[in-house]
Amino acid sequence: MDPRSIFIELSYVVASVLFILGLRGLTHPETARRGMHLAEFGMLLAIVGTLVSREIVSYEWIIAGLLLGSLIGVPMGFWVPMTAMPQRTALSHAFGAFAAALVGISEYYLHGAALGVIKIPALSFEVLLGALTTTGSLVAFSKLQGFLPGAPVIYKGQNIFNLSLLAITVLCCVLLQFFPGIAALFYLMLLLAFVFGVLLVLPIGAADMPVVIALLNSYAGLASAATGIVIGNNVLIIAGMLDGGSGFILSIVMCRAMNRSITNVLFGAFGSVGETTTAATGQMHATNIEEVAVQLAYARQAVFVPGYGMATAQAQHVLRQLGDELEERGVAVKYAIHPVAGRMPGHMNVLLAEANVPYSQLNELEIINPEFPSTDVAVVIGANDVVNPDARDNPKSIIAGMPILEVDKAKTVVVLKRGQGKGFSGLVNPLFFKTNCGMLYGDAKETLTNLVQAVHNA
Amino acid sequence: MAPETLLAKFYVLILAAFLGYQIISRIPSLLHTPLMSATNAISGISLVGSLITAGAHLSMVSAILGFCAVTCSTINVVSGFILTDRMLKMFKRRVEPPSKKEK
Repeated sequence: MDPRSIFIELSYVVASVLFILGLRGLTHPETARRGMHLAEFGMLLAIVGTLVSREIVSYEWIIAGLLLGSLIGVPMGFWVPMTAMPQRTALSHAFGAFAAALVGISEYYLHGAALGVIKIPALSFEVLLGALTTTGSLVAFSKLQGFLPGAPVIYKGQNIFNLSLLAITVLCCVLLQFFPGIAALFYLMLLLAFVFGVLLVLPIGAADMPVVIALLNSYAGLASAATGIVIGNNVLIIAGMLDGGSGFILSIVMCRAMNRSITNVLFGAFGSVGETTTAATGQMHATNIEEVAVQLAYARQAVFVPGYGMATAQAQHVLRQLGDELEERGVAVKYAIHPVAGRMPGHMNVLLAEANVPYSQLNELEIINPEFPSTDVAVVIGANDVVNPDARDNPKSIIAGMPILEVDKAKTVVVLKRGQGKGFSGLVNPLFFKTNCGMLYGDAKETLTNLVQAVHNA
Repeated sequence: MAPETLLAKFYVLILAAFLGYQIISRIPSLLHTPLMSATNAISGISLVGSLITAGAHLSMVSAILGFCAVTCSTINVVSGFILTDRMLKMFKRRVEPPSKKEK
């Protein structure tokens, strides 16, 4: 081994260690930033290591790519608003997976059957996953950004059609193992994988996006790891597996938080069925700002439950103001975060952190649920299914068994809602008919702004 | 590639998966969004593969494919790390008692 390749390999080893330490830092908010700086340094090291590689003979395309990528990446990093994190994450999965697919295509284009029986399987896997993740993520992005309707796109025989398409794609992939020289098979597989990615995500509704994003994250990581096998690069394998593993764990966490299986999310077309399952009807009680302000101002403990509606109304900052106002009056203020509230894992936490809510006030479901019976006022801001008591009480409900935030156990519940309509899932929420529940209709931001004033004057 | 090399790579793959599982399952849900953008940035390490594809100059087609791959990976690395840091900066411990806040 000449000194140059030793340097390259060493840079990769150090980079891998730094990546692992970086992720380890994320186990606590206090150490997280330092950890990420280590990972950044690792990345730099690995890039420099690669650039001195003997395989690289010309730099013009590299420099052009690095420049263009930075030109797009830097503004994206600095200016993407926190509310747009789900879209941006979906988009970055598309980029990552596309890069993996491109490297795979190039490898096949250059070497074809000469890759040999060992690399071909890894390469097919890489290109297959890379391609379907690219288009799948782009569809997820379009749904989250509002380019496509958030509701599931469904038609008759969809699952059968999708599954047959997948079967043909996989068949191409299998055949390719036996006839690696037939380029048509490879390109057909590529094309079908691109198409399948679109069809896979189209039927999935916006409320299920946390699972889909996590799953696509996992696929993008696995595609990178497979690239590592194809080009024989350990740091790629390690980073790809860390990414893939993280996405996988997050999808499991998300599914558990909805009491559904991954298959059910992918092929269940949630929100299109079961309008008839709940029988609960009744009168919703509208309440008003003054009444709620008094309830809040003289409460001992108030718990805020944010949902996607808070994100769309951009109400996190004014919510924090309300929290501050209450704390000044001696009210204990807490925030209850459901794992699938919002459109991606951890969405609500980031928004509230952006609004300067200290993280010690953000409580997970298991921590906060026992506290609801001793809570005077629970305020639900643009959340619906995650506080639907049917999930707990009605075994026939399609969300039966989903862990919920038990706001109905609080002495008073106030629900901030745009209108009287149903939530995304189309489910009736019996919480709204309970006698201890009052509805405050209107834009969440406006309502909260008025509440801050009213509490101040109370 | 010799079968032994593949086996060695497989070794790395399995160990990395195991290690990843151990570390990531300990990350609190509080930080799941930064985690996602962090792993995204880290997996932008596929840049390493893209760089070689773009720079090896074996054919025009692969150079262009490589160029696109370098661009995509760079976007992920750069924006991923910047965004992660922006987010992590926001997670603060309670610094002052709220009664001392302005207003």
